[in-house]
Amino acid sequence: MTTIADPKAPRPPKPRPARLTTRGNTELYGWVFMRASGVILVVLIFGHLFVNLVAGEGISAIDFGFVAGKWASPFWQIWDLLMLWLAMIHGTNGVRTIINDYAERDGVRLALKASLYLAFVVVVVLGTLVIFTFDPCPAGSPADLLPSFCTTA
Amino acid sequence: MTATLDAPSAAPVIPSFDVTLKIRRFLPDDGAGAPEPYWDEFTVRAHGTDRVLDALHKVKWEEDGSLTFRRSCAHGVCGSDAMRINGRNRLACKTLLKDLDPSKPIIIEPIKGLPVIKDLVVDMEPFFASYREIMPFLITTGNEPTKERLQSAEQRERFDDTTKCILCAACTSSCPVFWTDGQYFGPAAIVNAHRFIFDSRDEGGAQRLEILNDKEGVWRCRTTFNCTEACPRGIEVTKAIQEVKRAMITRAF
Ligand code: SF4
Ligand code: FES
Repeated sequence: MTTIADPKAPRPPKPRPARLTTRGNTELYGWVFMRASGVILVVLIFGHLFVNLVAGEGISAIDFGFVAGKWASPFWQIWDLLMLWLAMIHGTNGVRTIINDYAERDGVRLALKASLYLAFVVVVVLGTLVIFTFDPCPAGSPADLLPSFCTTA
Repeated sequence: MTATLDAPSAAPVIPSFDVTLKIRRFLPDDGAGAPEPYWDEFTVRAHGTDRVLDALHKVKWEEDGSLTFRRSCAHGVCGSDAMRINGRNRLACKTLLKDLDPSKPIIIEPIKGLPVIKDLVVDMEPFFASYREIMPFLITTGNEPTKERLQSAEQRERFDDTTKCILCAACTSSCPVFWTDGQYFGPAAIVNAHRFIFDSRDEGGAQRLEILNDKEGVWRCRTTFNCTEACPRGIEVTKAIQEVKRAMITRAF
């Protein structure tokens, strides 16, 4: 016969050290951000797809000159910057919750999150740098690849 | 079944059939190595009106007395016998065998996410710990009234759905977020917080929202609706969770 402990026996209260310190509005703001950024991203992304792929000559117009021409205007710089930042934060936060939901071992969770945040930083820094330091008329390039306003200067 | 005894001639014949139960069993550690869960099969003769609980009784009383499960009321009131039947959390006492396709073995497992003590009995302590944390009692301030605390029918209606909970843990143990590490408060705790947060007589709403506005609180809900589907009382669990979320957002902004 095996003996099992009386289920009514007094048991030490489960230590829940993390519980009391994890209250706060952080997750609330995260949740609201996901909804808000999602709505804005729908507009930004479909606007982006339409302008790049459908409007004017459509998909055949895309080349270095097309992209350079777009980024010469502050409107598209801000549009793309917003899209980059919102999409990256939205996506990173989404993957973070997925890691929290599915990674059971602490070490795995830590490693996954570390690589996630690293990827976030690399993409956001690089992308922002490109948007702001982009030179639409690099010196010494063949003129037929450049946007039209390069030659007029 | 009493009705058929009263009028044996008039009652239609209720068919009997053989049903196979495939039960996940587990013996607690007796010091002789780590115990492994295993599957056991029993075939019993069941009546057309029998429930899974009746079949389990038949196994326990006639075939294998060591089969262990909880049940108290046997009528869907106490919430003791939530188990995973054919992959869904249900009360054994509310699930008719004939609704489950008895031609195939009926798979019965303990509810997931809570430590198994023996066979179908799980340790409910983590579940009740979360329940206690949301303070499931009326909180008021000021002087005690000399008569009842009155409430209109509409005010009562506001939280009627969540008063029906019997704390069976079918919802919490159907939640994939709870399965991972068991830190999430779980739907049942939120349902019972909802029952007081939206009670016009209660004044502890802000405190309860504060407690659930936690890293492991309502924001871990992914709206998978597993809980609503599992609830044997038909409570719209996911809706209750969303109402608590909304209360928090309107409080914060
Ligand atoms: S909400 Fe429904 S499923 Fe969850 S514990 Fe209460 S009665 Fe059971
Ligand atoms: S035995 Fe009480 S609810 Fe099933």
